Amino acid sequence: MADPPAASSTAMPVDNAIANSLANGSPTPPSEAPLAIQVENLKKSFRIPTHRIDSLKERTVRMFSGREFRELQALDDVSFDIHQGEFFGIVGRNGSGKSTLLKLLASIYRADAGTIRMAGRLAPFIELGVGFNVELTARENVVLNGVMMGLTPSEAGDRLDAVLEFAELEEFVDLKLKNYSSGMLVRLAFATMLQADADVLLIDEVLAVGDASFQQKCADAFRRMKDEGKTIVLVTHEMATVEAYCHRAMLISDGKIQLLGDPEEIAEQYLRLNFEDGAASSGIDSKTSGDGVRLLDAWLEDEAGERTTSIEQAKPIHLQVEIEVARETADLSVGFILANAEGLGMFQFGTPIENEDGSSTVHPGQRVRIDTTLENPLAPGRYFIHAGVQRHGAGGEDVSLYTHNALDFLVFGTQSSRGVVSLAHEIKAVVSPPEEK
Amino acid sequence: MSSLEQAADLREVRGPSALGGGRRRFFDLLWLMGVTEFKRTYFGTVLGYLWSLVRPLMLFAVLLFVFTKIVRIGSDTPNYPVLLLLGIVLFSFFQEATQNSVTSVVAQEGIVRKTQFPRLVIPLATVLTAFFNLLLNLIVVFVFVLAWGVDPSWTWLLFPFSLGLIAVLTAAVSMMLSVLYVRFRDVAIIWTVLGQVLFYMTPVLYPLTVLENQTLQRLMLVNPLAPIFNEIQRWVINPDEPSSASIAGSAVYLIPAAVLFVAICAFGVWIFNRDAPKIAEEL
Repeated sequence: MADPPAASSTAMPVDNAIANSLANGSPTPPSEAPLAIQVENLKKSFRIPTHRIDSLKERTVRMFSGREFRELQALDDVSFDIHQGEFFGIVGRNGSGKSTLLKLLASIYRADAGTIRMAGRLAPFIELGVGFNVELTARENVVLNGVMMGLTPSEAGDRLDAVLEFAELEEFVDLKLKNYSSGMLVRLAFATMLQADADVLLIDEVLAVGDASFQQKCADAFRRMKDEGKTIVLVTHEMATVEAYCHRAMLISDGKIQLLGDPEEIAEQYLRLNFEDGAASSGIDSKTSGDGVRLLDAWLEDEAGERTTSIEQAKPIHLQVEIEVARETADLSVGFILANAEGLGMFQFGTPIENEDGSSTVHPGQRVRIDTTLENPLAPGRYFIHAGVQRHGAGGEDVSLYTHNALDFLVFGTQSSRGVVSLAHEIKAVVSPPEEK
Repeated sequence: MSSLEQAADLREVRGPSALGGGRRRFFDLLWLMGVTEFKRTYFGTVLGYLWSLVRPLMLFAVLLFVFTKIVRIGSDTPNYPVLLLLGIVLFSFFQEATQNSVTSVVAQEGIVRKTQFPRLVIPLATVLTAFFNLLLNLIVVFVFVLAWGVDPSWTWLLFPFSLGLIAVLTAAVSMMLSVLYVRFRDVAIIWTVLGQVLFYMTPVLYPLTVLENQTLQRLMLVNPLAPIFNEIQRWVINPDEPSSASIAGSAVYLIPAAVLFVAICAFGVWIFNRDAPKIAEEL
């Protein structure tokens, strides 16, 4: 099952801050600029032994038996260019190969075939604070980190003050990192990264760090880097970020480039891809027959009348349900509950069942089709529909059916927000002149 | 923008390797990691450096007691106490460096999997840390040697050379062990046992002349550490004792040790270089 879509709709605060600060500039892709990164026919596969031998003893024992491997093609013939000064997004689902690509760019893995060419110095930030040794002081760590990034020890030492100032940790320079709070650690890590002064930055999932004022500082620093013409490659799951500040983006799936180009298009494609599999598991997963009544089918339709399992944000929901009765029954009602991924009931709707002539009797063998159109203010995420059928009139035999999760579907979209719905709204802010006292 | 113009030429990224990323950066990193680790280990605690001295000195005291009062090998050997002390300090370096190297690459998993840098730095920094420790210990040893009444001689100038040989061998073994451990976790246990065996096979506790059987002496001299230790003992403390060549009967019998020395170094470099690009994937 895919990640809970609910999570993907909550933007990380820093992402937003950065996105906002960068969205101010016009995102015209600097396609005229010289290349910063050139990737040609890149291939990488991993050999996963079916039986892992991790001791010399075992290796000796099995010396003459062949070793079996499962070949996993993580990247298959990937080629793309990134220009200098470009903000380039890489998106893809878990296991799509995007992390492998990042590690190849960062010289952590070696490619099986193909070439990577890069202009200038690269600073990879696969994870914040990596390479920090908690047994060492901030001073030692910052210098060590700088040298790892390719600075000389004296250059790294010169930058120490700037790093500490940015991280607001001047007083703790000689404190071992193991005594740092997690917030201090993250601030130091972020500051170290920003001070690396590389030409190309590889960033895996910009991280939400620090309090609001520190976030603002980070956002400013990012904007400055962008203004300075740094090339930034960002791997993220956050489509709002991609749309807000990437010049171009690339969608990777199964080790291949699925789509490369306009960020909006990529974001939409990504969400579609992400949710297809998640929704594919949909189906009626609890009892479908109750006393005298059976739920035959339940599905959603798109605008063209085709069955679908995912709906774009703000597009109306067309719900179709079919039921049949076991014996002649009158005065039936159907009811539905729309619930979100957390199980919270969001909306209830229903109707009595009537024939075209106004009578309410349903005969066995007749199919009752319930056609519903719902307005869709739902936030992106996964939703469930529970269905129930019962008799509302007096007399006759009892009929009842309650099907939990008769249907589940996904709402996808790029408009991320906190909350369960996105309501249409008008909003404005007015600044009034200062009052005189 | 000038920085952009400078950066305009594309260079191929070849992935991780033992040495990649420029010579200057390699040595900067090596030095920095060696020094910080040394400082951390020896100056991080209250008694700091004293602890690192206590260990070889305790071993020295125990062995001195055993070999002069009980086994009595020591009583027949001139300057036995200082000979023993020097041997212990030198062998401790070899053992400490190689033992710590075994797990060094795996212990640094975080940076290996997440950052780019020359992989070779890790085991070599471990060796460097141990080497700093050795240099400090040697000061104490030479104070003892002089206090014992050994006269300084010109052959002391050869000592740094033999020290260099030990350091090179230690580095090669460390490279080999650290990279093998990534794939084979029983390397740690095997090396603990082998290290013990080597300790008794190297003339630390006894001079080679104690063995009266020449075939046995020749066999002992296959161990590359044996002739090095024997020569150090001659050059520094007992200039009148026989050289390795004369113990074996002829310099020809030292060829296996020399070949083995070169072979170990070559193998260490080769296997580390071969496996370095893949370390991040194997972890």
